Amino acid sequence: MDNVELLSRIQFAFTIAFHYIYPPLSIGLGVCLVVMEGLYLKTKNKVYEELTQFWVKIFALIFGIGVATGIVMEFEFGTNWATYSRYVGDIFGSALAAEGIFAFALESAFLGILLFGWNRVSPGVHFMATVLVALGSIFSALWIVIANSWQQTPSGYRIEGEGMEARAIVTDFWAMVFNPSSIERYSHVLIGAFLAGSFLVLSVSAWYIRKGEYLVHAKAAFRIALWVATVSALGQLFTGHKSAEVVTEHQPAKLAAMEGHFEKSAPADMYLMGWVDAKTQTTTGLKIPGGLSFLVHQDFQKPIPGLNSIAPENRPTAVNFVFQTYHLMVAIGMAIIGLTLFSMFLLYKGKLFQTRWLMTVFVFSVLLPQIANQVGWYTAEVGRQPWVVYGLLRTSDALSQAVKAEHVLTSLIMFTLIYLMLFLLFLYLLNKKIQHGPDISNDQDETTSRMNPSLSPILNE
Amino acid sequence: MDTVLGINLPTWWFLLIGALISGYGILDGFDLGAGAVHLFFRKEESRRIALNAIGPVWDGNEVWLVIGAGALFAAFPMVYGTILSVFYLPFMLFLMAIIFRAISIEFRSKEEMAWWRKMWDISYSVSSIVISLLLGLILGNLIQGIPLNANHEFVGRLRDFFNPYAILTAVTVLALFSMHGAMYLIMKTEDRIYARLTIIANNASKFFILCFMATSLATLIYVPHMTAIFKSHPELFVLPLAAVLIVLNIRRSIEKRQYARGFASSAITTALLLILFAMGLYPNLVLSSIDPRGHISIYHAASSDGSLRTMLLFAAIGMPLVATYTIFMFWTFRGKVKLEKHSY
Repeated sequence: MDNVELLSRIQFAFTIAFHYIYPPLSIGLGVCLVVMEGLYLKTKNKVYEELTQFWVKIFALIFGIGVATGIVMEFEFGTNWATYSRYVGDIFGSALAAEGIFAFALESAFLGILLFGWNRVSPGVHFMATVLVALGSIFSALWIVIANSWQQTPSGYRIEGEGMEARAIVTDFWAMVFNPSSIERYSHVLIGAFLAGSFLVLSVSAWYIRKGEYLVHAKAAFRIALWVATVSALGQLFTGHKSAEVVTEHQPAKLAAMEGHFEKSAPADMYLMGWVDAKTQTTTGLKIPGGLSFLVHQDFQKPIPGLNSIAPENRPTAVNFVFQTYHLMVAIGMAIIGLTLFSMFLLYKGKLFQTRWLMTVFVFSVLLPQIANQVGWYTAEVGRQPWVVYGLLRTSDALSQAVKAEHVLTSLIMFTLIYLMLFLLFLYLLNKKIQHGPDISNDQDETTSRMNPSLSPILNE
Repeated sequence: MDTVLGINLPTWWFLLIGALISGYGILDGFDLGAGAVHLFFRKEESRRIALNAIGPVWDGNEVWLVIGAGALFAAFPMVYGTILSVFYLPFMLFLMAIIFRAISIEFRSKEEMAWWRKMWDISYSVSSIVISLLLGLILGNLIQGIPLNANHEFVGRLRDFFNPYAILTAVTVLALFSMHGAMYLIMKTEDRIYARLTIIANNASKFFILCFMATSLATLIYVPHMTAIFKSHPELFVLPLAAVLIVLNIRRSIEKRQYARGFASSAITTALLLILFAMGLYPNLVLSSIDPRGHISIYHAASSDGSLRTMLLFAAIGMPLVATYTIFMFWTFRGKVKLEKHSY
């Protein structure tokens, strides 16, 4: 790997990993906002209005950083991966342009009304703006995941030209859009976003509940977010399984890396956790023998092609990395299901908000979907290597010819510094907003509870 | 080659991308310009009013850049890759400035401290100026052509981009945006800041006319290929003539204090200058400064007809929608800026 390739890959991975913190948060938060504001319109209860206004401010902060870091992604395809851009422009470019026209324009235009339109438009129109912003971000994710899925499982194309002049041409637009992995990957990513946003609401609300502040608001928000999170968590079980099926069928090398399965063709185990030594081609850990075979073929004995059945130059190199990120994602997914179901049970029993330790867990739980989303993305992208377009274009062939290593290094250092600063500022401002809390107009109960936490209604709910 | 309404598909996309870039120049042009003149306002309240004048709309304006870049990627991927990778560092600087600008607008109001606000004011203004200058610098180099060999490979160096002509176009774009932004702010403000802006708009317009004349002259002398089309089609000469008249009309409007008219004129100026550039370029998209075989034409760079046709359908459905949102947004926030609870 030469320096330009290495640096460009690091830069792309870093900028996209950073970007990927924010859009999932705003997608999930957007759904929560729609529910909150919808409840306000329905019940005319001030609590929901104040909650909406509070969360809109946090939404704006997250959305702003998401847009700014997203524009970077769009340009990096051309700056760092010019050969890739030329190769896939017909396809990937179309999806990206469609995202701009059909999704990004919608969210950006109505964001202005969402943030500044409270006194300018009627409550109904404002609610419509909230719904459209949420829909816009959901459509955005759709086109981006379609573009990425085509890289994973290309279809609806033919190759024109040869060598460095080769490029992919769309032959069937809808086959390109609905390529074999689009729907499965989109639903998986989207639900991951719902989890990210709803857990932010859960975390902040749990923090208020623990401190005995803004109890009416915090409990209302917690209930809304817990519903979103529970339904999403259960849905994720289904989409996760579907995604794995697609990987099994279309990206056998990635599947083999995910489970550290080397033998050319043998029944494959399913690991709960473990460690892969790529040199000795051994995987050790806690496993269900034949578990992967069973999951794929409903038969513990049926063989599954391992990494050794694939030509060495076409295998992903970072096998242990893919294994670990995949297993971490699955483990977190299971933890989220357990956590949300248990909380739902306590809510039903009327004991949820008194269970102090659980509230503490929820304060930190915001990290769970974030980490799962990140490592899931790494699994998908690193598992696809050495291909940038699976089976068609190698990452090492996708680079810009005109770019020098020192230029990429310069930009990488600048991005690192700026993003570090941006992240610290984001945490600082987010914390400040949370400390400040929602602006409450006339809620006596909450004022007393804020002044004297020991009298908080949490005790006699 | 496939045609739609008698125009072939690559030409359609040449026109569409031109329209998107013009839309971007006109829309983001005024909020970049508002940023460029931001530090001329001294009072905290004036700065807040200026920021809130663009607050609800700047994000929607930037969408035109995102769509324009996406359209270039989709329709002419070869040009997308070439331009962005050749101007690697300028574009990286551009992206950093875009990040800084976005967070300055968003973060400024979040703290009361004077130093905090001052820091973000400077960051907002400097990044707006840097973005305008870089857009002009890249434009200036594309007008002259860039060193591409017969295989369309870049054989130049970074420092070649900082030539006198490109620096002149960079300053011209900054002047145009500043004038455009000042007139937008005038329409949205009252009292003290309004008075201040009338002076800024007046000076900016004089400076722009100076730049405009210098750039026109430099183009005639040093970039003859941009004017070649007027020799073969003298009737097209009406366009540069119109540009001159409309630029003069900016001055006239400012003197008569008809700022809405002035704003419209500077918007038309932006579009006309880009149209003149496009006419000098067509049917090429990127000119080589060293070898005519290195030119990248729309036919050479275009995506497949099928893709262009699908995308044209998308544009036909999508662009009226985008225009509708844009109009709805500006209509919602019409009138002079009033600071309120949800303002920046």
